[in-house]
Amino acid sequence: MAYQAHLQVWRGDADSGELRDYTVEANEGEVVLDLLHRLQATQCPDLAVRWNCKAGKCGSCSAEVNGRPRLTCMTRMSVFAEGETITVTPMRTFPVIKDLVCDVSYNYVKAREVPSFTPPEGLEPGEYRMQQVDVQRSQEFRKCIECFLCQDTCHVIRDHEENKESFSGPRFLMRVAELEMHPLDSYEEAGGNRAEEARGEHGLGMCNITKCCTDVCPEHIQITDNSLIPLKERVADQRYDPITRFFRRKKD
Amino acid sequence: MADIERHDYDVIVIGAGGAGLRAAIEARSRGLRTAVVCKSLFGKAHTVMAEGGIAASMGNVNSRDNWQVHYRDTMRGGKFLNNWRMAELHAKEAPQRVWELETYGALFDRTPEGKISQRNFGGHEYPRLAHVGDRTGLELIRTLQQKIVSLQQEDHAEHGDYEARLRVYPECTVTELLLDEGRIAGAFAYWRENGRFLRLEAPTVVLATGGIGKSFKVTSNSWEYTGDGHALALRAGANLIDMEFVQFHPTGMVYPPSVKGILVTESVRGDGGVLRDAEGRRFMFDYVPEVFKGSYADSEQEADGWYSDPDNNRRPPELLPRDEVARAINSEVKEGRGSPHGGVYLDVASRLPAEEIARRLPSMHHQFKELADVDITAESMEVGPTCHYVMGGVEVDPDTAASGVAGLFAAGEAAGGMHGSNRLGGNSLGDLLVFGKRAGAGAAEYVAGLGARPEVSQADVEAAEQRALRPFEESGSAAAQHPYALHGELQQVMNELVGIIRRGEEMSSALDELAELKDRAGHMAVFEGNRQFNPAWHLTLDVANMLLVSECVARAALRRTESRGGHTRDDHPGMDATWRRRQLVCEHRDGAVTVTERTHPPMRRDLLELFDITELRKYFTADELGEVTAEL
Ligand SMILES: Cc1cc2nc3c(=O)[nH]c(=O)nc-3n(C[C@H](O)[C@H](O)[C@H](O)COP(=O)(O)OP(=O)(O)OC[C@H]3O[C@@H](n4cnc5c(N)ncnc54)[C@H](O)[C@@H]3O)c2cc1C
Repeated sequence: MAYQAHLQVWRGDADSGELRDYTVEANEGEVVLDLLHRLQATQCPDLAVRWNCKAGKCGSCSAEVNGRPRLTCMTRMSVFAEGETITVTPMRTFPVIKDLVCDVSYNYVKAREVPSFTPPEGLEPGEYRMQQVDVQRSQEFRKCIECFLCQDTCHVIRDHEENKESFSGPRFLMRVAELEMHPLDSYEEAGGNRAEEARGEHGLGMCNITKCCTDVCPEHIQITDNSLIPLKERVADQRYDPITRFFRRKKD
Repeated sequence: MADIERHDYDVIVIGAGGAGLRAAIEARSRGLRTAVVCKSLFGKAHTVMAEGGIAASMGNVNSRDNWQVHYRDTMRGGKFLNNWRMAELHAKEAPQRVWELETYGALFDRTPEGKISQRNFGGHEYPRLAHVGDRTGLELIRTLQQKIVSLQQEDHAEHGDYEARLRVYPECTVTELLLDEGRIAGAFAYWRENGRFLRLEAPTVVLATGGIGKSFKVTSNSWEYTGDGHALALRAGANLIDMEFVQFHPTGMVYPPSVKGILVTESVRGDGGVLRDAEGRRFMFDYVPEVFKGSYADSEQEADGWYSDPDNNRRPPELLPRDEVARAINSEVKEGRGSPHGGVYLDVASRLPAEEIARRLPSMHHQFKELADVDITAESMEVGPTCHYVMGGVEVDPDTAASGVAGLFAAGEAAGGMHGSNRLGGNSLGDLLVFGKRAGAGAAEYVAGLGARPEVSQADVEAAEQRALRPFEESGSAAAQHPYALHGELQQVMNELVGIIRRGEEMSSALDELAELKDRAGHMAVFEGNRQFNPAWHLTLDVANMLLVSECVARAALRRTESRGGHTRDDHPGMDATWRRRQLVCEHRDGAVTVTERTHPPMRRDLLELFDITELRKYFTADELGEVTAEL
């Protein structure tokens, strides 16, 4: 049942920091976040860690556990051996603020750069009609809890600060795909081109579909197969085959 | 004191959940310079956890549904203690508020005709909850968040600045409302990231801070639910009403201990799941109260028939309002018929095909598999009551969401009245949208009619700063207290003594314990670290709010000598019609909480006429009924 677990937690701030060792009780069924909370309550009251719902729904408690991007509230202690040392570090792709909390404002900046849903003209609220099969594709992407683990793991920006400017990351490329597949989005009617913007403004071309983002997604969204690849195909169609593009627009 | 960061707005919305975001959208759309302040990152507010859906009588699945039916259900759910005007506005406006979300980009599940699909839920006569699987709250918050972003994009196009008229202050906590001669003048806050202070000036504040569940040990609520808005309003001079009514959701997880309290959505029952005791018996048939006998089935056969033929069968008793189901589970467990870990069984596995369960209830499937090693498509879940929602809150004018303090508005879970003694599932998300919008509009009207702008006084700012910093000075004191330990004690007291089943003496002793905790709380200290992202410091400020709000709950609960909705007393087990018209009002005067009694205004005639007199007889006193019959 209860045992003493060995944790190594990164402590520090933007200037400096180190891994520190802790021994802390672990009880049946607990998750890594439970142990971090117990550390706060018993040994290091100022340990900074973000969390909200502790039920895998809000995406606040992201960190790296033994180097793997994870939600600490959904990482059961039972996946580790009792004697194992569990290392918890902040997400590496974002600047550290303190301990496990990092500055994720990059994501909010990128979110603002994706043009919003454009409502169709001539339809009043209550008049929207969409079939389940047609909304399902975008719904999958709307399961995203914005934990930013996919952004954290993406090698385009993980160790390449310089790419952040021109690359929005899987989360926001997926947002573009979501809007592109929204049955009633009329951004294109208004003269926009989401696929082209994904390539241009959001750096879709830098993604070489290694699927690391999909691997870490706690919502099991098929980010690569269902959003990034179709978006790339769309770009390819449009760029190399203006005729198909013309027909496709008509058909829509 | 050093200069602190300062900003001017027309309205400060405190809270970025459904209510706060909808209020901000409204305020900004009406031209107000708007700030949204929230304790967490943008998009993480508690609303994100909502699962089942938004109640709105769109009539997409059963065309007989309309606002009148929804109104009746809401009043029944609240045992006729609701503010009838709020219930009316909510029932009338919820459909429009849901449809509007589609124009912001929301993607709800669909009916075969391509309309928004609606599901059954406890206490709702027809399938009424618009939903997206069991992650409706996520869809709601993301949609509103993205609408905010789209407004910022408009401002960027126009002014070259995304934040020209609408700015979000994430991870920023308000600790004090600032007044000028009793009118709102601004708010005082700190950045969680670095502990620096902020002075926000505005003639209006909308409180949309959510609930109080973190005062209880077993709760479905998130970190943020520390009753800040309730406490801020009280201390600014506003009233809290109905604070004795706390909803315990019947189905929280009970095992393993670390997940105790996490919600199991009511959709499980709405979609066919049933409750069973240790022997496998569907016990809810034994617990249909007199007032609901007419509409709930008394045999399994009839109950099961209802799913496909609701016109000729009465509803399954598993779909009674939450207070009834929670009490029933509590009794089963107490009488020894519970599951090994002190709950009962919720069985959907034997009721629906596995693929259907995974499709309709994906996050429950995921939650149980990941956190409890239970496959809900094959096994029953163990569930028991968990503290979920506070019906009580800031007293507001139903039409404008204005509180008694000039310039102070409240909406969402932080506001009181709408749900009476018990909230129906799905009625909160509707409430957030309907009254969030109204609060934004109310603030805009107030600003338009404002003469001279109220001014923040430097002395108040300094006092707020000192109060916030006090825990840093306490660490040297001999009486210094650990905030985590104190919080734990508070949760224990509330859970055990003012929880789902209450008794007079226990609540009296709870009040003694709360008084003792309050004394000690004055010495809560920050023992380690500085002002940079220091959760211990943040907690000291939150605990003070929780204590104040808990005292209101305990005092009001002790006063109400009957059982009704989210207030069950072992020593006064019956519903007492003489209490129906009496409302308990909490105020904060000279540092103390007082509770006074007030009479509810009588329901408007056309609304009364929506009910059958035989039903009213179950709730109203003979005297009142005399009046009512004379009126009808
Ligand atoms: C697990 C779960 C499932 C639910 N499912 C449903 C459902 O299916 N249908 C339904 O209708 N209801 C449901 N509810 C209830 C519903 O989700 C809540 O009542 C509702 O979301 C509350 O929204 P709100 O806008 O009032 O506040 P919240 O969304 O809680 O937001 C509160 C905001 O206030 C901020 N805040 C608080 N204090 C401060 C402060 N001091 N300074 C600055 N900011 C502050 C917080 O950071 C947050 O942004 C559910 C609740 C839970 C717990």
